[in-house]
This record gives sequence, structure tokens and C-alpha cells, in this order.
Amino acid sequence: MTIFDFFRPTRSAPVARDRLQILLQHERVSAGASDLVAILREEILAVISRHVDIPSDKVQVKMQRDEAVSTLEVEIELPNPIRRRAA
Amino acid sequence: MSQVLVVTSGKGGVGKTTSTAALGAALALGGNRVAVVDFDVGLRNLDLVMGAERRVVYDLINVVQGEAKLQQALIRDKRLETLYLLPASQTRDKDALTSEGVARVMEELRDSFDWIVCDSPAGIERGALLAMRHADVAVVVTNPEVSSVRDSDRIIGMLDAKTEKAERGDYMEKHLLLTRYDAARAERGQMLKVDDVLEILSIPLLGIIPESDAVLNASNVGSPVTLAAAESAPARAYLDAARRLEGDVVPMIIPADKRVGLMGKLFGRRAA
Repeated sequence: MTIFDFFRPTRSAPVARDRLQILLQHERVSAGASDLVAILREEILAVISRHVDIPSDKVQVKMQRDEAVSTLEVEIELPNPIRRRAA
Repeated sequence: MSQVLVVTSGKGGVGKTTSTAALGAALALGGNRVAVVDFDVGLRNLDLVMGAERRVVYDLINVVQGEAKLQQALIRDKRLETLYLLPASQTRDKDALTSEGVARVMEELRDSFDWIVCDSPAGIERGALLAMRHADVAVVVTNPEVSSVRDSDRIIGMLDAKTEKAERGDYMEKHLLLTRYDAARAERGQMLKVDDVLEILSIPLLGIIPESDAVLNASNVGSPVTLAAAESAPARAYLDAARRLEGDVVPMIIPADKRVGLMGKLFGRRAA
């Protein structure tokens, strides 16, 4: 550190701006994704419920984000005996 | 036609209550009938900032629960006869605020006031959601600081998803109020600039409130800064912001207090 550094304060604001831009880009996508997962779960549940009696907590939807692709994992548990709804 | 305005931020301590009081008083000075409503149940402070803490008899929860009439709970400001305060409860559980009850009170307030300014609690929980629920327009209070900007971004997302207006498919009007802004520090690259925050949050700018002693002085004496020190830089910025809310086109300047200290002179701080 030299005496001149005293007169030249650190410019930290550009770092703040860049960090925020990267972070918020990510957070906005994941907020949108969790909505997507909730919508998919509701609709999958609705389709299955049309044909089979199923408690609503037995449909689990998870989204895994990776660099190249994202995977959607859907786990549906049908309690035995399977009770079909009348058509 | 009455307008319900929510003052919100996500993060605490950025100036929601100060801004609610200052904007409410500024709108009342403009000849409007104004009610400022404290939604921060359990941690009410709008009464204190408005200087009405010893006049609270009934509160928002009493009205929501039907234990008091709206007229009994509203406190008329001693300085401005068109400015009223509806305080929050300090003792009751925040779950006592029901969604239907709040909707009913807001409808009743719309009948008697031009502007209803709702002071949201911090956070993204029930209280904050109830405060924004019935709003026609939102003021997002943000400090030029990373955590405040991030939380504001989150709140903007909720305004676009969880308000009645958004659920109807209407556009939720949102404005940015940048508080505690220090133009000199921003110029030196030590604080996010107005344009940085605007670019990140992408909502229109309502006003820039400069960091100033006048704000703390006003809350010390229990008066909105727009009444306590109307000539101060933050008060002028709030008065301009209130005019913009009413649809006036007011040039955006960053007001500065006239007194410029030695350091300010040394570093060429300009009074914009």
C-alpha cells in the first residue's frame, strides 16, 4: 500500500453490481421453476385422480438442474389395493 | 377514485415506515384525504414515527375482528386534518389478521379516503402478503446495498404473483424508491449507483431519497420528515415522489442538503 492508495478508494460498487446480476438471474429462474414444479404436480395429480383414488401427498415431483439438461423426477405411489374410480 | 398503495421491501430497516409517513403526509399536503395503515402487527412503529403513540386506543385487528368501528380506530393527525393513521396491534397475534377481515377494512377505507398507504412488515410471510394483497400500486423501498436489492427483487416477484391485481391478470404497478442514497459515495464507486439498481430491478424510479440527518431528527420528534423539515433534501425528494404518484411529471434530481462539509468541499461533492 502506498500513500496514493489513500486518495484512491476501492471501487467495490461494480463488484456488487456484477454479483447481484449473476445471483438474481439464477434466483429468478429457480423461483419460476418451483412454480412450474407445483403446476406439474397439481396437473399430474388431477389426471391420476380421474382414474384412481390417490391421496394428494403420494405424488412427488422434483426438478434437478444441471448444466446441460434438467431432469424431472415424478414419483407416484398407489396404495394397495388400487381403487379404480368408476368411469 | 381511491388508490391503495403498499410500501414494501422484503428487507427490514430500509425505510418503509419512514417512507410511509413521509409519503402519506406529502399526499395529504397535496389536498388528498390519506390514511396510513400499519400492517406490522406486534412490531408497530408507524404510530411512533407519526407522533401518535399516546393516542392509540383501537387498532387494525380490533377493526378486523369487529371489536371497534373503523372511525373509532382511525387517529387524525394533529398537524394535517386530512391525514389519518390506522395503527397495528402491539400485543395481539398476527394470525388474528384474517384475509377476509383485511379485505373488508380496505373496502371501507376506500369509501372515505383518496389514498390508503399500507406500511408492510419486513419479510415475505403472511403479514407482508396481506399488506400487498389489495394494493393498486406498490412502492418498493430499496437501499443501494446488495442484500436490500436482492430482497427487493424477491418482493417484486411476489407483487407480480400474489396480489389480487396480479391474480386477475392485471399489471401490478410498481415503483422504486431508493433510500439512504449517497451521491458522493456512488460517484467514488463505493455504492451502487441509481442506474445500477434500476438496471437490476427494472422497475420505474419514483424517487431518490438522499442520506440525511433530517430523517432521524424527524423520527426523534415523531413527525414525518415532509412536515418536520419540509425544506430538507429528503423531504423535497419525498414531496416530488408524492407528486409523481399523483401522475405529475417532475424532473428527477438528487437533492442535497445545502450545508456541505469540509470533506464534501475537498472531494468536490456537488449539490445537484
